[in-house]
Amino acid sequence: MSRVTSAFVAALITLILGGFLLGLSLTSEGINLVVGPSTPGKITFLFVGVAIVFVLQYFREHVGRFTTHMRSDQRMELPSFLRSSQQQRIWTMFVIIGLLLFPFLSSRGAVDIATLTLIYVMLGLGLNVVVGLAGLLDLGYVGFYAVGAYTYALLNMYFGVSFWVALPIAGGLAALFGFLLGFPVLRLRGDYLAIVTLGFGEIIRILLNNWTDLTGGPNGIARIPKPTLFGLEFSRRPSEEGATTFHEFFGISYSSEYKVIFLYLMALLLVLLTVYVIRRLIRMPIGRAWEALREDEIACRALGLNPTMIKLGAFTIGASFAGFAGSFFAARQGFISPESFTFIESAIILAIVVLGGMGSQLGVILAAIAMTVLPELAREFDEYRMLLFGLMMVLMMIWRPQGLLPMKRPHMELKRD
Amino acid sequence: MLRLDNIHTHYGPIEALKGVSLNIDKGEIVTLIGANGAGKTTLLMTVCGEPRASSGTVTWKGNDITQKETSEIMRTGLAVVPEGRRVFSGMTVEENLAMGGFFNYTNYDERLAHVLELFPRLKERYSQRAGTMSGGEQQMLAIGRAMMSNPELLILDEPSLGLAPIIINQIFEIIDQLRKEGTTIFLVEQNANQALRLADRGYVIEHGHIVLEDTGDNLLVNEDVRKAYLGG
Repeated sequence: MSRVTSAFVAALITLILGGFLLGLSLTSEGINLVVGPSTPGKITFLFVGVAIVFVLQYFREHVGRFTTHMRSDQRMELPSFLRSSQQQRIWTMFVIIGLLLFPFLSSRGAVDIATLTLIYVMLGLGLNVVVGLAGLLDLGYVGFYAVGAYTYALLNMYFGVSFWVALPIAGGLAALFGFLLGFPVLRLRGDYLAIVTLGFGEIIRILLNNWTDLTGGPNGIARIPKPTLFGLEFSRRPSEEGATTFHEFFGISYSSEYKVIFLYLMALLLVLLTVYVIRRLIRMPIGRAWEALREDEIACRALGLNPTMIKLGAFTIGASFAGFAGSFFAARQGFISPESFTFIESAIILAIVVLGGMGSQLGVILAAIAMTVLPELAREFDEYRMLLFGLMMVLMMIWRPQGLLPMKRPHMELKRD
Repeated sequence: MLRLDNIHTHYGPIEALKGVSLNIDKGEIVTLIGANGAGKTTLLMTVCGEPRASSGTVTWKGNDITQKETSEIMRTGLAVVPEGRRVFSGMTVEENLAMGGFFNYTNYDERLAHVLELFPRLKERYSQRAGTMSGGEQQMLAIGRAMMSNPELLILDEPSLGLAPIIINQIFEIIDQLRKEGTTIFLVEQNANQALRLADRGYVIEHGHIVLEDTGDNLLVNEDVRKAYLGG
């Protein structure tokens, strides 16, 4: 196909696709919806877009040269001041202190978004163990998240279990589910594994939705209590007679901000713990075994490794972090329903892992921030949000197919003297 | 040391091994030669427990291992260099070797030093990713990795596959060296000429049957073997 034809076809496709999105508008006349042409502004917008696509396609070779040039040049690596381990430690300390101070210096809304981001960081890190390290494509990760959330919600509703007791139980139960799912899928890999895990995530959601007697079905569970600080509540008045609240105990006036900040700090603590634990795991033999398994299963067997145990280990450990994140999510929201655990959540978490660079912890953290903060920032663009999102993904595919910060495995460096 | 008695192995309805018996004694190099599809690799895999023999027994150091799990078998002093090398290409040489010593941490440093001494090339490439090395270097790494578990019996599946003649010579020299150090070696090869030169004894497998068994030198001059495998 000549350049003109291919550019013309591309422009035509843009026109057709964009025509439905921008060129038409729905107005209601009485009770009927009427389809009509949209405002001239939007139509101009559409044609400008079509023209851009035409020009870009026409000069595709030049554009391609430009992008390949960028690829070879833009080697994103850790800046030099972050390379030595001692400097890394110092910078990590700075970052942690900054994160600890953050809620006291910013608005309530920002802290709230940051808390949400931290939940996604935790989920991303957990899934990173399964997908990034062990190479098992898991599309049902949100199932374990749901297990964690419902564990706390139900235990609290029926037995009045407090958050701090429920947290390890939620992690344990999610791990158990991970273990149980691990068994049937051990023989599968790649696409087949993805489909089975996808099914598993859906089974959990549908079960929660339909088991109305136990879970309240689509109505969800409301009034899940917030976590307490050693028994001190963050509400205006204590929920039980004789209990003390946080502001009473410290003799300060009540502010709803304390609760938000407390939740943020708790999420931060959980994330730091997750990062630490997974960092240790990667450096342990099991971490290396996960990677070896991802690279070559047959060679692993030849070396006497038991793929069954290694895969189950990855599933179990990955799921337990989702369980922790889930119970924290339930405590933060105060209300959960199966709606919160749809497939799109799994997809977002997986996108975080892939975007960040499979296996790389720092990359996953950055990607989680990007995936939660950017949509919030782009709130003004409203209906174009998903468009921007898609654009970002496409650009990533062109320039950084290996993710933001591809994994660099820990290894010993020989001293050069 | 390793003994196979009347082994039958099936892939579904297809019988790949039809009653194979062989025997490897301590300290010798035994080679198994045969054409494509004769059952060489199947025999090897049966020793490792996958696919499992449908009848017959595999005895290793006096224990019946026919029904044992692959991962258990591989931890009892048996090491395999799989066909096609199968190094962990994204991992460095160091990490590959560490995976070899996964279950045997005693004298780890000593064994690592020994392997690096056997393969000076690996020392040069120590922190390089295995996937970026040449085929010969990868083969050396695969053997080195297997040696990291300090095996009593080393099983090599076509170590000369896809390598240049000069590299093949090096690999065979190393195999000889390993034997002198006391490792028993079971060599499965298509390169019959070189394998038989090196081996103490050899077996010829055809269509799932062992058709010949003799010393390496005798097989080299055997009329049928020459015709079938050594190009007349």
